[in-house]
Amino acid sequence: MSAHETRGSTGAGLKWVGRAIRRLEDPALVTGQGHFTADLAATHWVRFVRSPNAAGKIESIKAPDGALVITAADLTSVKKITPMLHKFNYRPVAQSILADGVVRYVGEAIAAVVASSEEDAEDTADLVEVNISESAPLVDARDALAPGAPQIHAEAPGNVILKGEIKTAGFDDVWASAAKIVRIDARSHRQNATPMEARAAHAAYDKASGRVTLTCTTQMPHLMRTAIADLLGMRESDLRVIAPDVGGGFGQKMSLCAEYVLLVWLACKLKSSVAWTEDRRENLIASFHSRDQYITLEGAFDANAKLIALRADVVSNVGAYSCFPTTSGVEPLMAMAEMPGPYDVQQYQCLARGVLTNTCTMAAYRGVSRPIITFTLERLMDKAAKAFALDPVDIRRRNLIDKFPYTSATGLIYDEATYRQTLEMAVHEIDLPAFRAQQKEARKQGHYLGIGFATFSERTGYGSPAFAARGMAITPGWETVHVSVDPSGFVEARIGSSPHGQGLRTTLAQIIADELGIPPDLIKVVHGDTDTAPYGWGTFASRSLVISGGATLIAARKVRAKLIKIASHMLEAAESDIVLEDGQAKIAGTDRSVTVAAMAREIYTQTHRFKGELEPGLSESGTYDPPGTFSNACHVAIVQLDPETGFVKVERYLVAEDAGRIINPMIADGQVHGGIAQGIGNALLEEIVYDYDGGVLTANLADYMPPTAHEMPHVELHHMETPSTQSITKAKGLGEGGTIGAPAAVLNAINDALTPFNVEIDIIPATPQRIRAALRKAEQAAKKTA
Amino acid sequence: MKPAPFVRHVPRTLQQALAILSQVAGQDGRILAGGQSLVPIMAFRLAKPAHLVDINEVAGLDRLASDGKVLSIGARVRHAAFHAPVADNRLAALLTYVARHIAHYPIRMRGTFCGSLAHADPASEWCLTAATLDATMIAMSQRGTREIAAKDFFEGIMATALAEDELLAEVRLPLLASDAKFGFYEFNRRAGDFAMAAALVTYRIVGGKIAEARVGVGGAESAPRRISEAEAALNGRTPDDTAFHAAAEAASDTVDPLEDHQTDAAYRRDLVRAVVRRALEHSCA
Ligand SMILES: Cc1cc2nc3c(=O)[nH]c(=O)nc-3n(C[C@H](O)[C@H](O)[C@H](O)COP(=O)(O)OP(=O)(O)OC[C@H]3O[C@@H](n4cnc5c(N)ncnc54)[C@H](O)[C@@H]3O)c2cc1C
Repeated sequence: MSAHETRGSTGAGLKWVGRAIRRLEDPALVTGQGHFTADLAATHWVRFVRSPNAAGKIESIKAPDGALVITAADLTSVKKITPMLHKFNYRPVAQSILADGVVRYVGEAIAAVVASSEEDAEDTADLVEVNISESAPLVDARDALAPGAPQIHAEAPGNVILKGEIKTAGFDDVWASAAKIVRIDARSHRQNATPMEARAAHAAYDKASGRVTLTCTTQMPHLMRTAIADLLGMRESDLRVIAPDVGGGFGQKMSLCAEYVLLVWLACKLKSSVAWTEDRRENLIASFHSRDQYITLEGAFDANAKLIALRADVVSNVGAYSCFPTTSGVEPLMAMAEMPGPYDVQQYQCLARGVLTNTCTMAAYRGVSRPIITFTLERLMDKAAKAFALDPVDIRRRNLIDKFPYTSATGLIYDEATYRQTLEMAVHEIDLPAFRAQQKEARKQGHYLGIGFATFSERTGYGSPAFAARGMAITPGWETVHVSVDPSGFVEARIGSSPHGQGLRTTLAQIIADELGIPPDLIKVVHGDTDTAPYGWGTFASRSLVISGGATLIAARKVRAKLIKIASHMLEAAESDIVLEDGQAKIAGTDRSVTVAAMAREIYTQTHRFKGELEPGLSESGTYDPPGTFSNACHVAIVQLDPETGFVKVERYLVAEDAGRIINPMIADGQVHGGIAQGIGNALLEEIVYDYDGGVLTANLADYMPPTAHEMPHVELHHMETPSTQSITKAKGLGEGGTIGAPAAVLNAINDALTPFNVEIDIIPATPQRIRAALRKAEQAAKKTA
Repeated sequence: MKPAPFVRHVPRTLQQALAILSQVAGQDGRILAGGQSLVPIMAFRLAKPAHLVDINEVAGLDRLASDGKVLSIGARVRHAAFHAPVADNRLAALLTYVARHIAHYPIRMRGTFCGSLAHADPASEWCLTAATLDATMIAMSQRGTREIAAKDFFEGIMATALAEDELLAEVRLPLLASDAKFGFYEFNRRAGDFAMAAALVTYRIVGGKIAEARVGVGGAESAPRRISEAEAALNGRTPDDTAFHAAAEAASDTVDPLEDHQTDAAYRRDLVRAVVRRALEHSCA
């Protein structure tokens, strides 16, 4: 299936790691046996009444007679969601669970209607009369920054919720020495992560124990427990949070939803079960948005087209509130920290602002700022190539980092990677000279082809110090894994990560299988339930395989060490003579062995035989908090552009990537494919459009347009494996690379296709209308001069 | 996304259907055909009809027949009926070509030809077809039956000449001459989406020149229609690039463009120009 299989696994003696085994989680999912939140029956159902206005005062809320309708007035004992950041002039702003007197975006929950069915709740919600005295909203971040703009939160003067600034010593001198300054004004429009399963929650009160179980579609069950218990003043032990099967998250489900808090509150109040299933319209207008940024980026180049300094101005529209736990710093601060990307440039200046507006709150979405900064930086490199009359490949060759470890201008330490090699691999595989010839020929026929390259670094698997550097009140870094062998010899790994499609049940089992010498199907990975999983941070930021995988390896090695000790007792042999394989401990070079099952039974039931040298039971923990490791890739897109309609078709897509040791090539490839689909959506199709009144014009999947199978090209993947020294499994993360590279590659390809027209486009999505507008402008200008 | 409560009526005969319709029409009663437009609108609660008259069991409405002059399409005939040609006539070939541009396969299995016309989405392929070919609509109610010409039928965005108590029982499309040429082109951003502009053309070649040209444009104005300026640019000309460009330009200049968040007026004109020319090119392919 992929180039991996022919390469085989890289480590000596490894049996399961590196193999494209089928996902252990799939049989249940593909036969319809999965368990999703909305499958649960409930006594009460909730429908939220949402604000039709983007800004205004709530004058009155009138519920129909006899209906149970909750408003902010009922929630006086509930704290407000107030995410915190201790740096970057962050201004904490508070969000009420239900709008408290003021509405700040269309879709904000104003009231919760409780009824005995979903249908009844929706019927009743239709009858709730909300009277709002409207005021003029701020939709665009630039309008919100304008002097005299209305204040969205009193706590954030000028609507700036945070401001990050950086300038390296000696910047001005280097800047002044530049041979050429190249500039891009990039615009990334707003997007929605659009998980297949929208949000859903079910909260049930248990009268016997007084506990509430919240089942919800989340990426972070433990942190949801901590946050909701804090807000409601509960003991954490009285709240159990379960993330059952989760139908995609992409970051949208890592933030705390006010709706979930309300459901737990209601379950306590009604001493019963309450459920809410978000519909697609709500998801598109009122869950979380992302990627709404303006970036101006300037590059100073010396006479050899070597980038010597970068200057950036990032304006990130963060919406109406700050998201928990990342805060609205997640986009602007990542843009600031990671802007220099894979290029060697030691001088850097950046101003990054998070700007509040009357729009849906921003939160992380797969890749976070990197799809935008990569698109911006990669466009800058292509513009610079043009300015120096170089090929886009050449300018990258001159600038990519090739000495490791490399410390970036912002202090990030890049571990060993293959920026240059993956670029060369991609150039070779795509056959650039052949493409240029084809392009020339096609132009003669009136067909406009273009090629675009994107090289990038993908920071993954970073632990708590990275979050502490942002000044976050919560630093979701480390992970703990408990690996235990039960008395029948089956293995269970309980993890704090919370996979929702990533295949972690399979990849972690592969890691354990190699340590313990047993097949993966004897290993069960347990996650997503705060009653059974160790405290952990869930799954996001391409972290789980690196961090949870590392913790798994540490725990599994401890179990392995103990198994060898047990075997040495049982077989009366030296520990150094014992090998674990085929579900047995064997004495090397003999036919004497004992099964893992027999050893497990012995250590639970016959402990006296170990003479006090070994503790009873077979259960070990590992905790891992790594510094982070950088994956890298080169993406290449070939597009055909129709100058009459502005339509762009992605004809070919190729990736050369390096994510360190690959635990399961099939799963790795799937992550890249899915990411590219979202990245192509970002580049061409997906956009949340607000009108001037702050209403959302794209509140269904006909108007908000993710790509379908028709719009997806075949994706060719080529791999390199540079084992990471910063990750004990030697694996790097790769969950976001697809989304990061695709907008840049596609936009560079579009601009390459536009070359004959002398037109450029630096907006994502590059919609047909925008492309035509640029072409029309050029056509009209040409007419005038003619 | 649950519809508001409603009562569903399931008549078996045309008479029953018309009787129920006349009773419920005044209380926002609606006909339910394929449900592929009405049900989503109800789910969004943009429509809250108190009564639905489900015509899917009504005998006789599935009639699809040609009498040598016109093709009659009954109210239960689905889009998918046209996946293969329904008669030995150029019209049937045209309908088969156009049908595959409508939505996606599952939607074509349920959605109806007459339902599309009654719904009157400006971008509907069947509305464009009816307008271009000057279809005749057969509207029935308890009050009687009347014929409505296509040019009088479409009144605007999702607005038709049908009265509340009228069923669009049948649509009649004139058959095409055996030497008729047709061409169709539509533009959308994703496969299966509604067209952002579409054009359907038919004509004959008489003595090497274009005759009886029909140029219909859909998705660009509040309702599809024939663009006589574009037709005039074709009739009497040789079917070549010059004539096609002139017709495309004429259509682009003539339309009164609909605007939305992904299509401003200038862009809609660009699209009209492109689809008309490409439909004409398709007619020669
Ligand atoms: C995702 C999606 C994509 C789509 N894409 C396209 C597309 O590209 N092109 C396109 O043309 N359509 C498209 N459609 C709409 C589809 O073709 C519908 O089937 C069609 O518009 C309506 O036909 P229906 O039989 O489903 O009517 P219904 O949904 O049942 O009814 C629609 C309206 O017409 C009225 N009505 C129906 N039949 C009659 C009748 N005989 N007499 C009087 N009134 C009647 C109903 O009362 C209702 O108001 C799409 C739909 C979906 C869901």
